[in-house]
Amino acid sequence: MNRIEQTFQLLKKNQAKAFVPYIMAGDGGLDCLVERLKLLEAYGAAAIEVGVPFSDPVADGPTIQQAGIRALNNGTTLKGIVVELAKAREVVKIPIIIMTYLNPIYAYGITSFIHDIQKAGVDGCIIPDLPIEEEEMIAPELTAAGIELIRLVTLTTPLERIKQIAARGSGFLYTVTVKGITGTRNEFAGDLNAYLQAVKEVSPIPVLAGFGISNHEQMVTISKYCDGVVVGSKIVDLFAKNSLAEMKKLMSVFKQKTNIV
Amino acid sequence: MTAYTLPNETGHFGQFGGMFVPETLIKAITELAAAYEVAKQDPEFNLEMERLLKEYVGRETPLYFAENLTKYAGGANIYLKREDLNHTGAHKINNAIGQALLAVRMGKRKIVAETGAGQHGVATATVCALLNLECIIFMGEEDIKRQALNVFRMELLGAKVVGVTSGSATLKDAVNEALRYWVANVDDTHYLLGSVMGPHPFPLIVRDFQSVIGKETKQQFLARKDCLPDAVVACIGGGSNAMGMFHPFIEEEEVELYGVEAAGQGIDTAFHAASLTKGKPGVLHGACMYVLQDKDGQIQEAHSVSAGLDYPGVGPEHSHLKEIGRANYHSITDQEALDAFQLLSKLEGIIPALESSHAVAFAIKLAAELGPSKNIVVCLSGRGDKDVDAVRARLKGGNK
Repeated sequence: MNRIEQTFQLLKKNQAKAFVPYIMAGDGGLDCLVERLKLLEAYGAAAIEVGVPFSDPVADGPTIQQAGIRALNNGTTLKGIVVELAKAREVVKIPIIIMTYLNPIYAYGITSFIHDIQKAGVDGCIIPDLPIEEEEMIAPELTAAGIELIRLVTLTTPLERIKQIAARGSGFLYTVTVKGITGTRNEFAGDLNAYLQAVKEVSPIPVLAGFGISNHEQMVTISKYCDGVVVGSKIVDLFAKNSLAEMKKLMSVFKQKTNIV
Repeated sequence: MTAYTLPNETGHFGQFGGMFVPETLIKAITELAAAYEVAKQDPEFNLEMERLLKEYVGRETPLYFAENLTKYAGGANIYLKREDLNHTGAHKINNAIGQALLAVRMGKRKIVAETGAGQHGVATATVCALLNLECIIFMGEEDIKRQALNVFRMELLGAKVVGVTSGSATLKDAVNEALRYWVANVDDTHYLLGSVMGPHPFPLIVRDFQSVIGKETKQQFLARKDCLPDAVVACIGGGSNAMGMFHPFIEEEEVELYGVEAAGQGIDTAFHAASLTKGKPGVLHGACMYVLQDKDGQIQEAHSVSAGLDYPGVGPEHSHLKEIGRANYHSITDQEALDAFQLLSKLEGIIPALESSHAVAFAIKLAAELGPSKNIVVCLSGRGDKDVDAVRARLKGGNK
C-alpha cells in the first residue's frame, strides 16, 4: 500500500483531519530543505507538498511567485530537489508529494524524472497545468512506478467532470476552494461548503481543500466538509519570516481538536 | 500533400498544442471551443464579421507590387500584403473583432488581454469601444516604457492598462498575469488572446480569424498573375500574421512558406527571440511548443528590438510545420531589421513596423537567391508609426 493511502487510513481510523503544508523547495537555500521537512513532520503534517520553482507559475499568487524567484536565484533545480528528497526520505516518514508545473518535468525527461523520484521515495505528484485531457503523457508511467498523480478539481468544474476526475483518482482529490490563484484570502464564496460536500459525496478517495486557506477558523470550517486542508502561501510566508512558533501553533489546529496524529 | 485538417479534436498539431491549463480554466476553454464551432457555421456570425472587416477595418487590404524594392533586391518580384493599412495599423484587429463577437455571443461582456508592443492591446481596446465591452489590458512595465504612446491610445479608447512588474516585465509576463486574472474572473470574462498560442482552441481560432490574410492574398495573386506566388514570407513572434498568411497555402506544395524570427543581437548571443531556431519543445502558457528555456526547463527571456516579437515561445502550429518540414524558419537581427525599416521607408514610402521589417529584410535576401521571374509575397503585418520614436533614439545613439 502506498504511503499516502496508509496515512489517510490512519487518519480515518483516528477520525482526524489532514494538515498538509506546502513548501517552496530552495527558498532559503536548498540545503535547508531536509531540515524544514523534518520540522513540518514534527509539527504534525500528515504529508508535505514540495513545490518546485518555475519561471512562469500561472496558478500562483505573489507569495509563491516571490518564493519561487528566490529559489531560482539560489540556483535551485528539479534535479537538485530530487537529490535532497532522497536524503529526506531517510529521516521523514510521512508522504512527500512533489508539486511542479509540467515544463521542468518535460525538460528533465518524463521517464528519467519518474525513475529518479521513485528511487528518492517520493509518493505523489501534483501538476497544476496538466488537466486529465493531457495526462496520458505521464499518468501511466507514474502509476506503474507506484507514484500517485494527485488531480485537482475546482469551483468551475461541473459535477459530471468532478465524478470523472475523482474516479481516476489516486492519493487524494485536491479541491481548489477559490476561483483564482494561490494566496491567502479573508473570505470564501458562500457556496463553498455545499461544493465541498458535493465533491466529498462523489469522490471515492479522500478530499483535501486548498488555495487561500491561512487561519484556524477557515481550517476548522472547511475541514468539516472534507478530509483536511492544504496550506501553501501562509507556510511559505512563515518560513520566509522564520516565524516558527506561529507555524507550530497554526499546524496544531487539528491536534487540539482530535488529540491524534 | 494530403488534406491538412489540424488541429485534431483535442487541439493537437502532432506533438504540439493541447490544453495545458489549470483546471479552473477547462470549463471556459471547452465552452469557447464549442461556441466557436457553432459560430463559424452560423451565416449571421460570418456576415457580421465580414461587414465589420469591410466597413470598419477597411478590408480587403491591397496586394502591392513593390517595384523599387524589387529592383533594389535584384531578383524575384516582391509583393507586399498591406496589413499595415488595416484600421489600428496592423493585422491584430482581424482576430480581435472575431473573438470579441464570439465573447458577445457567449454573453461575456468583459475582456482581458495581454499586449507586447501594444498593437494587440490597441486592437482589443478598439473593438471593446465599438462593442461597448469592458476592457482590461495587461502590459509589461518594460513595454509600457517602450510604447508609451500605445498605452495612452488604449486609455483613450476606454481600456484599463495594468502594468506587470513580475519576471522580465515583458509580453511573457503580461500573458502570465492575464491568465491569472482570467482564472479569477472566468465567469464573466473572455480572454482575448492575441496570437496563435495558448491552450486549444486559441491557436485554431486566432489562425482562422487571421486566415483572411492568406485567402485574400491567394485570390489577389491569382487574379493578377494567374498563378500562385513561389514564396510567402512573414515575421514571427507568437506567429499570428504568419499563420494567417500560411494556412491557405499549406496544401499548395509549390508555395514555399518562410517564417522570420527575431535574432536580436544574434542567435549565438543570449539576446534573441528565435524560439524555433534555438528553442526546444516545452510547455508554456497552455500549449506544447518550441520555447526558449534553460536545461532545467526554466523559461528564458527573449530579446528583440521589436516588442511584438519579444516572446520566448512560438505557436504550436508553427512548431508542427517546422517539425514536418512544411515551413522554413529563419531569423533576422535587430540591425538587419532596422536597415530594412529605413530602406522600405525610402524606397517605397512605406514605414513598416519593426516586426514586419524582419520579414522585409529576409525577403530581400530571398529575392536575390530565387532570382528574376519568381514571386514573393511579404506580409507587411503592421505600420511603423509606433516605432518611429524608438528608431530615432537608436539611430541618434550611433547604432547605424
